[in-house]
Amino acid sequence: MISLRNVHKSFGSQKVLDGLDLDIPDGKITAIIGPSGEGKSVLLKHLIGLLEPDSGSVEVDGESILNLRRSELNRIREKFGMLFQNVALFDSMTVFENVAFPLEEKTSLSKEEIRSKVISALEDVGLKNIENKFPDELSGGMKKRVGLARAVVLNPKIILFDEPTTGLDPIIKRAIHQLIKDTHAKFGFTAVIVSHEIPEIFDVAQNVAMLFRGKILQHGTSEDIINSSDPAIRQFISGSLDGPIQMV
Amino acid sequence: MVQALGHTTIGIVRDLGRVGWFLLYSLYMIVRRPGSLVHVLKQIRFIGTKSLFVIVLTAAFTGMVLGLQGYYTLTKFGSEGMLGTAVALSLIRELGPVLAALMVTGRAGSAITAEIGIMRITEQIDALETMALDPFKYLVTPKFIAAMISLPLLCAIFDVIGIYGGWLVGVKLLGVNPGAYFYEMEKSVVWRDVYSGFVKSFSFGLIIAWIGCYKGYYAGHGAEGVSKATTESVVLTSVIILVWDYFLTSVLL
Repeated sequence: MISLRNVHKSFGSQKVLDGLDLDIPDGKITAIIGPSGEGKSVLLKHLIGLLEPDSGSVEVDGESILNLRRSELNRIREKFGMLFQNVALFDSMTVFENVAFPLEEKTSLSKEEIRSKVISALEDVGLKNIENKFPDELSGGMKKRVGLARAVVLNPKIILFDEPTTGLDPIIKRAIHQLIKDTHAKFGFTAVIVSHEIPEIFDVAQNVAMLFRGKILQHGTSEDIINSSDPAIRQFISGSLDGPIQMV
Repeated sequence: MVQALGHTTIGIVRDLGRVGWFLLYSLYMIVRRPGSLVHVLKQIRFIGTKSLFVIVLTAAFTGMVLGLQGYYTLTKFGSEGMLGTAVALSLIRELGPVLAALMVTGRAGSAITAEIGIMRITEQIDALETMALDPFKYLVTPKFIAAMISLPLLCAIFDVIGIYGGWLVGVKLLGVNPGAYFYEMEKSVVWRDVYSGFVKSFSFGLIIAWIGCYKGYYAGHGAEGVSKATTESVVLTSVIILVWDYFLTSVLL
């Protein structure tokens, strides 16, 4: 379980998280939705210690991840995999080297074992014969799949997805969502997905939390959120221009 | 007004603390986890081998100019036989380490900042951190080690080529006695001169890697952030090299 309590975070004078509380249950897919610029990616980076809150607490499996020595933080980070919004593949490495990198650095597997694991991870995300290509030779959808393969290759307990389908066409979008569901069913990890994809995300996630004005407005099952009477959630789901969510 | 001054002062102190911490942590990591030999060799190839052409070219013309200028000055005192000494001492003690370092700053220092800066803005450094890997081990320490190995070697090459550049102009074009050129040089250049050039170029290597990596690691947002970091890196490294050169010279003289 990942727990955030009374988390505050500001950048200069801009308040992004304002007393946020959230519990992310084990083994489920939790989606964090909310308008652009509300701090969803900032929230995600707090879960893995890439950002530290100004105040409040962040705990992973009952252990605080704040003010830790790098070695202690790394021990906790070993539970995580992350798919970044822009994928963040190492651009000087081939696809094979990107996926093999965590295995080479974090395990004592032989070269042959690494090769077979990488090929199998790439096949799991529907990619074949692209091992020797560089990231800039791939389409957006393929990059996301390679990023997903890299995120799952060490079989982590928790995977964070930062807008995994942004900028993709509807078919690739659906394929990526299906891939997340399939890999989740296969490996049973805890998933946290930051997404704008309404209504598709309700089909992918078991839990949904709506972030608005630095707080979690409502957290519940997909049905709870779809049937919410909160005006901001209703507006966000319907995409209406009228309501508490204002375009700046 | 007072608030703005306080804000600026705190900013400067924070930046100084950060740049100092960056150096100390890099040195600590060199001792604790220096990274793989392959990474270091790749960086030696990039910082050292690929700088050879520009170093040879600069060294040759610097030596030739020293030959011309030295000859012009020394003939006034009838001591053109000392040309070899003048060229060699200028190069070994001063111009070799400084010019080689400035050339490497322009060629490799800027590239180091751009490479790490792009990795920062495209979240590749964050990706390393989320894999529970220390980015310093992969991105910073190999560059430090490579720069500290490459600079003294490049400086030695600069000195040799420069001395032959001076010889070409002094002996072949202006008619200085070839025996005198090398004999006087051999008599005057002592181990301490070579040692002083070596210490300088070693520390310049450290400065190039330090500022180059630091500026990239903390690059601002977007392409503009990387471009600003790269410019600042080259300017700051060059200034620190010249200032540090003065202090080292005053100690090693």
